[in-house]
Amino acid sequence: MPDVEALAPALVAVPLAAAALLLVLGRAADRWGHWLAVLASWAAFVVGAVLALDLLGRPAEERVVDVTVGRWFDAGSLAVDAGIRLDPLSITFVLLVTFVGSLIHVYSVAYMAHDRDRRRFFAYLNLFVAAMLLLVLADSYLLLFVGWEGVGLASYLLIGFWNHRTPYAVAGKKAFVANRVGDIGLLVAMGLLLAHVGALDFASVDAAARSGALSEGTLTAVGLMLLLAACGKSAQFPLQSWLGDAMAGPTPVSALIHAATMVTAGVYLVVRSASVFDGAPTAQLVVVVVGAITLVFGAVVGCAKDDLKKALAASTMSQIGYMMLAAGLGPVGYAYAIFHLVTHGFFKAGMFLGAGSVMHAMDDEVDMRRFGGLARLLPVTAVTFGLGWLAILGVPPFAGFFSKDGIIEAAFVPVEGAPWRAWVFGLVALLGAGVTAFYMSRLFFMTFAGRRRWSDGHDEGRGTAPAPAGAHPVGTPAPVHHPHEAPLLMVVPMVVLAIGSAVLGLVLATRGFTTWLEPVTGHAEHEEPVLPVPVIIAATLVVVAAGLALAALRYARDEVPVVPPVGTALTRAARVDLYQDAVNDAALVEPGTHLTRTLVFADRAAVDGAAVGVGALTVRAGTAARRAQTGLVRSYAATTLLGVVVLGGVVLALGS
Amino acid sequence: MNGFVAPEVAWGALSPVLVVLGAAVLGVLVEAFAPPAARRIVQPLLALAAVAGALVAVALLWGDVERTGGTVVLGGSVVLDGPALVTQGVVALLALLSLLVLADRSRAGQGAIAPLVAAVPGSETERLARRRGLVQTEVYPLVLFATGGMLVFPAAGDLLTLFVALEVLSLPLYLLSGTARERRLLSQEASLKYFLLGAFASALLLFGIVLLYGYAGSLRYADIAAATADPSALDALLVLGAVLVLVGLLFKVGAVPFHSWTPDVYQGAPTPITGFMAACTKVAALGALLRFAYVVVPGLEWDLAPMLWAVAIVTMVGGTVVAAVQSDVKRMLAYSSIAHAGFLLTGVVALDELGVGAVLFYGLVYGVATIGAFGVVAMVRQSGPGDAGDLEATDLAQWNGLARRHPLLALAFAVFLLSFAGIPLTAGFLGKFGVFSAAVAGGAWPLALVGVLTSAAAAYFYVRVIVRMYFTGGAGTGDEAPVATADDAAATQDLAPAGGVPGGAAAAESAGGRLPVTPDARGVTTTGPSPAAAAGAPAGATTAVLDAPPAPSGAVRAAGPVRAVTSGPAAVAVGLCLVATVLVGVLPQPVLDLVGRVAVFLP
Repeated sequence: MPDVEALAPALVAVPLAAAALLLVLGRAADRWGHWLAVLASWAAFVVGAVLALDLLGRPAEERVVDVTVGRWFDAGSLAVDAGIRLDPLSITFVLLVTFVGSLIHVYSVAYMAHDRDRRRFFAYLNLFVAAMLLLVLADSYLLLFVGWEGVGLASYLLIGFWNHRTPYAVAGKKAFVANRVGDIGLLVAMGLLLAHVGALDFASVDAAARSGALSEGTLTAVGLMLLLAACGKSAQFPLQSWLGDAMAGPTPVSALIHAATMVTAGVYLVVRSASVFDGAPTAQLVVVVVGAITLVFGAVVGCAKDDLKKALAASTMSQIGYMMLAAGLGPVGYAYAIFHLVTHGFFKAGMFLGAGSVMHAMDDEVDMRRFGGLARLLPVTAVTFGLGWLAILGVPPFAGFFSKDGIIEAAFVPVEGAPWRAWVFGLVALLGAGVTAFYMSRLFFMTFAGRRRWSDGHDEGRGTAPAPAGAHPVGTPAPVHHPHEAPLLMVVPMVVLAIGSAVLGLVLATRGFTTWLEPVTGHAEHEEPVLPVPVIIAATLVVVAAGLALAALRYARDEVPVVPPVGTALTRAARVDLYQDAVNDAALVEPGTHLTRTLVFADRAAVDGAAVGVGALTVRAGTAARRAQTGLVRSYAATTLLGVVVLGGVVLALGS
Repeated sequence: MNGFVAPEVAWGALSPVLVVLGAAVLGVLVEAFAPPAARRIVQPLLALAAVAGALVAVALLWGDVERTGGTVVLGGSVVLDGPALVTQGVVALLALLSLLVLADRSRAGQGAIAPLVAAVPGSETERLARRRGLVQTEVYPLVLFATGGMLVFPAAGDLLTLFVALEVLSLPLYLLSGTARERRLLSQEASLKYFLLGAFASALLLFGIVLLYGYAGSLRYADIAAATADPSALDALLVLGAVLVLVGLLFKVGAVPFHSWTPDVYQGAPTPITGFMAACTKVAALGALLRFAYVVVPGLEWDLAPMLWAVAIVTMVGGTVVAAVQSDVKRMLAYSSIAHAGFLLTGVVALDELGVGAVLFYGLVYGVATIGAFGVVAMVRQSGPGDAGDLEATDLAQWNGLARRHPLLALAFAVFLLSFAGIPLTAGFLGKFGVFSAAVAGGAWPLALVGVLTSAAAAYFYVRVIVRMYFTGGAGTGDEAPVATADDAAATQDLAPAGGVPGGAAAAESAGGRLPVTPDARGVTTTGPSPAAAAGAPAGATTAVLDAPPAPSGAVRAAGPVRAVTSGPAAVAVGLCLVATVLVGVLPQPVLDLVGRVAVFLP
């Protein structure tokens, strides 16, 4: 196949063109716009698949292909080519993004059917796909940054898609601001690279980092800044607070952007910058610590949330914590980070689509305390969701078992000079698996199992339990629902993703997925964990079983109160995301507000005073100057003559 | 005694000029022999073909010039080197765009040109001509003659050729200024003013030529440059001569203090001609100025620098400051073109090899945006009273909320304004960046500093127009930008009774086209006993928005609803300008390379 790589720019161009077309055409495209978007997304998948086959047909050492699209700009000492890098890592992402993305496109056709702005939604969705593909295909940090900002924009637009509701618009803004904080990191990292390497393309940076031309201090600084960027985009501690609120977006958005793809861009960035991190052990340690903290943080929050989507969001955060942790472990972890990223993309997207199906059935209700017993009414949703649930638990042979287990094993691999690390991070990862099992089971049982805690209008008395505080005013009867299975267009993507959740891990693990990534991640010698591998697997399964059993006892067998119980201090803290908003407010927002007020005052008094003064002065000068414009030719001629005399005089005087 | 030796003529190198001037002569013949109906079609096509032909000729010459550095034609009277060729190409391109705007007759079948220019404004003859649907097609050969002059101007290799080229380009422009269909009196006034002041400037130039001849004994640039090398007792002749020649050229460029004609003439001339003048004349004059500064008097750098510095600074500051208080679009653009002349001069003053390419590139991007902007002005119209046809709505207050009715047009205008302001991603940014970096490289950083500061100040009034178009309600809400000037407010108030024609204006309309009346006795006319006065309008009718303050009850506009005709060749021209401005702004490299490769003067 000659020059299949030339197709690569089409991956970005096709969805981008579709998005532009839909936005430009406006309402004229309302009737067919969504199908165009679906087509564009599938087209990108086909191109991606062709490129993947081409790459597979090459010997392993030739699997990194740089396609130069053209000189982007040339600014003196810095010339940047717009180029695409096709390698196993980017092509993996391409396939994930386009395949899951296309399924979610299809799902959205039905999910958004009654929204009058469906075309705009699809335009944004295509914009997202284009930006995400640009992010993963870029061959330089600068071009990556373009995609990085593009997905941020798409995310912002889609979180606030229903921006007529103020809290949603605020959620969009929050995500945007938190992401900006991270983006500063990427910008500073690029600045550092530019100063020390003089180039921003991956090839040059890799060469410089591996050759030892950069000091460890530089690499650490770059690594930490890249980590900051990754934290913003991937909702890692301490920039995690936006992800829960981001669930304000339509559910397909949550599935695609805030579960499967965009939020994993941080992991991608770390793995892509492997050469930098490999030379900076301190930065790596920080990555691992951040991943571990987020892993626990998300898991704890997930245990307390009653909002179906927010619980899933917390779990996303926690799972990305796993990936971060793995990515921070170095070559032993990179492949498993990406492996878990892929399987997670499938099962979490599947579960989000399932959540969307539940909301579809329950008139957009998200409070799990008002669900229960939905398995009988939504059998397909329950089964597909259940497969995702088993996958995330890490039950063999479902997908999560292979990927998450790999991470836990890698976490137990001893690090030279710091034996404590293997134990600390290994145990955190192990216990995290147990907590994950608990809260995911809680979520599953509260939604699909147990007694129903809603009313379908026929059985007064059963559904009129005291209303929970929060969503509904106290005293009003529970709302009436008539749950029904979703239409075919929504069911098919769920089924496909569920199949992926079930078998993808096994398939990829047996087909050597980790070896496939080696051209990018480097070859890792197999190292023995501090505990024998079978012991680790067994321990993990025991912990998972314990979490599952506990959840089954409390939420499937026992009655779930519709009103949330007061709970322990930890529960209460977890319900408000462990006070992260309060901390942010106290640490950043309040001082920021004060600072801003001071600045505004100073600005009014000093800067505006000066600016207004200058403006007024300009106008006064202009008014005075226009007096010279009398309309009289004689005065014009006189002005000219005066000019000649003065200038001639000056020149002669200075010259002699 | 030397016998006259016929110089050897390299006809090929002159081909751009010959094509245009030949077509102009042909146009005169067409005017004489073709029936009126045919003329209407043949003349614009002939003019467009001629200018396009010139562009092709430039392209054909390009490779040769790039390889050899240029040719000397006619024994040195014309020098076709890189800068000359680039200027010719730019002028031809801009003339092509201007002709597209000029050829637009899509607004109610009426162009910007009066049906019968010779008729007395307001007379029965004029009304008859309008009713008969006459068309003054002489403007096309006139534009071609002017273009021909502009093509020679930057390539002139001796002072006589320079003078002849100046006259060839100027005389048609004097005429063209007086051909506006709307506001005939204003147009005629502009024509006369331009002629008088232009003649004055020509005289100064001629005087400078005489002094230089007296000094060097030759009119050839090369000889004069050689003569400057050794000092003599006649240095005063040389310096004064150079000053006067520079003044003559700066007059055409429109630099302060030789700019006074610009606002009045730009406002009075037909809008497409204004765009032509503002773009092509300025570029051609800058080409000539560049050659004079770089080839003839580089030895006088230390003598002339104070003058050029002073002129550049005063031009940038003056143009910007006065533009900020304008309330008429055409006048605002006129002052902004003065400010741009100042920015261009910073590149000339730099006397640095970067400067040539930078100035030529700036000339191109400025010209494209200018023609586009005046094209938009020509398209935003209101219906005039009676059979006067539709008229341009040039009062800024009438542009309020334009974006809502004509989003694309407003977008185009906004892009042109942003390009003028030098906002990144428009071509104007790169243009300014180029001339300012050339100035810095040439050691003239104070000029660059003033340029940046005035650019920042200029952004104020450019953005104010964008605010008007996009964020201010429809006409008459009085929702002004923070620093609204007195006549802004007056104009807005006057707009309030939309459709109602205030009495004074009605009288003026009966007098001659639609001539706003200034009862203010300070309004002055230079045309002696005004034809309007003769026709019974109040005496003192004069320029609509004369700069003389205060103009409280001036600028009375009987405003029909403002609308735009967005079809026809003018729309094509505006579209091309828009595309070029954005494209060059985003991907400047090919154009910069193209200009940069040949921007070296032949010594």
